[in-house]
Amino acid sequence: MADYVLELEGIRKAFGGVPVLQDVDFRLERGSIHALVGGNGAGKSTLMKILTGVYVKDAGVCRVNGRETVIRNYNDAKKQGISLIFQELSLIPTLSVSENIFLNKEIKKGRFLDIKAMNEKARKLLLSLGIDIDVEEKIQNLSVGCCQLIEIAKALSSNTSVLVMDEPTASLSDKETEILFQIIDGLKKKGISIIYISHRMNEIFRIADCISVLCGGKMAASKPVSEYTLESLIECMLGGKKNEQAMVWKERETPVGEKVMLQVENLSVGKSVKEVSFQVKAGEVVGLAGLMGSGRTEVMECIFGIRKKTGGRIFLDGREVNFKNVRQAVNGRVALVPEDRRREGLVLMHSLRENMIVTDFNGVKSSGLIRTDKMNAVSEKAVQDLKIKADSVTTRLFHLSGGNQQKVVIAKWLNTRPKLLMLDEPTAGVDIHAKSEIIEIIRQFIREGNSVIFVSSELSEMMAVCDRVVVLHDGVKTGELTHREIDTEEVLQRAIQNN
Amino acid sequence: MRSKTIKKIDLYQYMVYIIFIVVLIFFAVWLGPSFFSRSNLLNITRQTAMVSVMAVAMTFIIASGQIDLSIGAVVALSALISAWLLEKTDSIALALFCALLVGTLVGMINGLLVTYLKIPAFLATLGMMSIIRGSAMWMTATKAITIRNTTFNNVFGMGTIAGVPIVLLWTLIALLIGHVALRYLPYGKKVLAIGGNQTSAFYSGINITRIKIMVFAVMGFASAFAGIIYSARMQTARYTYGEGDEMNVIAAVVLGGTSMAGGSGNIIGAVVGSLLLGVINNGLIIGGLDTSQQQIVRGIIILLAVALSTFNTKERT
Repeated sequence: MADYVLELEGIRKAFGGVPVLQDVDFRLERGSIHALVGGNGAGKSTLMKILTGVYVKDAGVCRVNGRETVIRNYNDAKKQGISLIFQELSLIPTLSVSENIFLNKEIKKGRFLDIKAMNEKARKLLLSLGIDIDVEEKIQNLSVGCCQLIEIAKALSSNTSVLVMDEPTASLSDKETEILFQIIDGLKKKGISIIYISHRMNEIFRIADCISVLCGGKMAASKPVSEYTLESLIECMLGGKKNEQAMVWKERETPVGEKVMLQVENLSVGKSVKEVSFQVKAGEVVGLAGLMGSGRTEVMECIFGIRKKTGGRIFLDGREVNFKNVRQAVNGRVALVPEDRRREGLVLMHSLRENMIVTDFNGVKSSGLIRTDKMNAVSEKAVQDLKIKADSVTTRLFHLSGGNQQKVVIAKWLNTRPKLLMLDEPTAGVDIHAKSEIIEIIRQFIREGNSVIFVSSELSEMMAVCDRVVVLHDGVKTGELTHREIDTEEVLQRAIQNN
Repeated sequence: MRSKTIKKIDLYQYMVYIIFIVVLIFFAVWLGPSFFSRSNLLNITRQTAMVSVMAVAMTFIIASGQIDLSIGAVVALSALISAWLLEKTDSIALALFCALLVGTLVGMINGLLVTYLKIPAFLATLGMMSIIRGSAMWMTATKAITIRNTTFNNVFGMGTIAGVPIVLLWTLIALLIGHVALRYLPYGKKVLAIGGNQTSAFYSGINITRIKIMVFAVMGFASAFAGIIYSARMQTARYTYGEGDEMNVIAAVVLGGTSMAGGSGNIIGAVVGSLLLGVINNGLIIGGLDTSQQQIVRGIIILLAVALSTFNTKERT
């Protein structure tokens, strides 16, 4: 009989009546690397948050080392030897490496901190992982990859038997990834079990012993890695998604125009984008596909004037443009719906109408003053056109759901009457109904002869709306697929994995 | 996001007016006509004019998520510059122009320090406060300058129009400009957007650097104007003018319902906040409390008022 360090049985969790996890079973063998995969919203994060006590499960049993255990918070999880390495790094940038490692479990001599002992212990710990850095260096002076490794060291500094890693390689370079894999291998040999969450299939096949696939809140498969092929794994991940009616391709009502709206030639942006060329025609939706860190966001932000290009040329409507700031881009009738609506898209503490008008004050002014009636008219039109659910235009945005917030961001940019609309993950954290509405907004927008660049991690959406997809990998364009060529999600998935 | 509790934002917006009326009634009942008379109430508007004018500009500073500690020092420098120029040239126009120009320049420097050198506003303006106060002392070797130009003293300090103190008129003009700018000009909306979420403002195409410099420059201008009112009211200029005023001004703005976190602003509230502080000061003096008692009671009232007016504002943004 196998030796399980961790067993989850029949885990159920719902948010506001919507089931997110339905009778999920998950078993982690001691000293193994167990990959957990699934699309966005499949329930991976929720499952891990239940495991580490962030959420409380509605039903189910959790056994650690064969004993039934209730984990109420992160400290409980720690006591059971379960550590999570956060996707967003949890290190404090202004403190040193050793201060971070021993945060909240400082070594003391009497009442005072024993700094020498902490530094010494931190140094030993890092060396045992094969990392040689100055433990008194401040975190802010270190690279992201280095921080990731220190996170691991921090997790190991307490008694850890299960380590959860959520997309650890998302922001690492190839070399750093290599080091990380060596460390993971070393941990495995020491008998530490690892739950490894990733979207990168190549990595999973390389290091995992077992793969569990979550799909729509259910465990679709859980078996040794040798029983999967890339095709079968991708198929398994997509399992329940096929009945999403809204997310299917709809034949265009108007043909793609002849005119080239946007022409990008050999665009380079620092180290993140290398000589990328593509074009977008009038009335066309072009998708930019790629993993996190593949340069999708950078390409769009460069066109929008937020990032400086380091090479190449951009033509808009036949004329070369070089926007130096957002204002110029807006005047050039380009708009960007940014990736993070809460941070970049909106002022959540302000009302809907105040958020609506910041991109275009001219539309609501008369003789220099902002007219409240015009402000209301613009906002009410947006509420109607985009079916935004809000009590009134004076409702503050933090009262709105994610989907409605996202519609406000799109509305405030449509309000500038762009010819080219770029959307960066517009459906992230948005419920399925709002998703299909957003897709419909995009279709309406191109019917008027406008162009769209669309980015989404959810490939089914890309397939539903994009006429063409440009594939990026590590900042380099690796392919371009027309809608016809992408007959299944697998084709696109393979292209993105660069396989 | 998930909580659906109804927030009592509106009550909090009007709290300063309620507190103001309660305090007014309290002193009227306690002290009777010696407090609640036309002449004393008008006197309060005279005493608070400087703080009120500065509170209008400070509302923009705080709404944009910044702070300015140099304003008290600018008051002194501007008072001395105008008094000195009046003594030398007797030209009101020149005195006004130079005092306001210097004030605006100081504000612009604050703005440049905050935007280009990325020095936190608290420290940038703390440094400027020291430099400006020192300059004011140096200018006249700490001596006071008397102003003999009666037109100047009347128009900016002592005069009345139809029985109404002229400085009340200046306060109302500042209030009107500030209110319109914050509510009905793109400038005001941009200031609020920057204070509410600077990243989002940037992605929306707002020129953050320019707006921030502008906000500080206007603050400098308003402080210089407050300095002119000071010197005209006292018919003298001293380097000690405006000492500690930065704290009164910030207190007035926060009492008025403007959050220190930025993103919100209430001009009328700020002026009422300034009047509230004036009423408390005046009432306690008339009530016969000595200076030490006045300080203690004033502190308690301010704490209570701020606690009440910010009670319901624990919102996640």
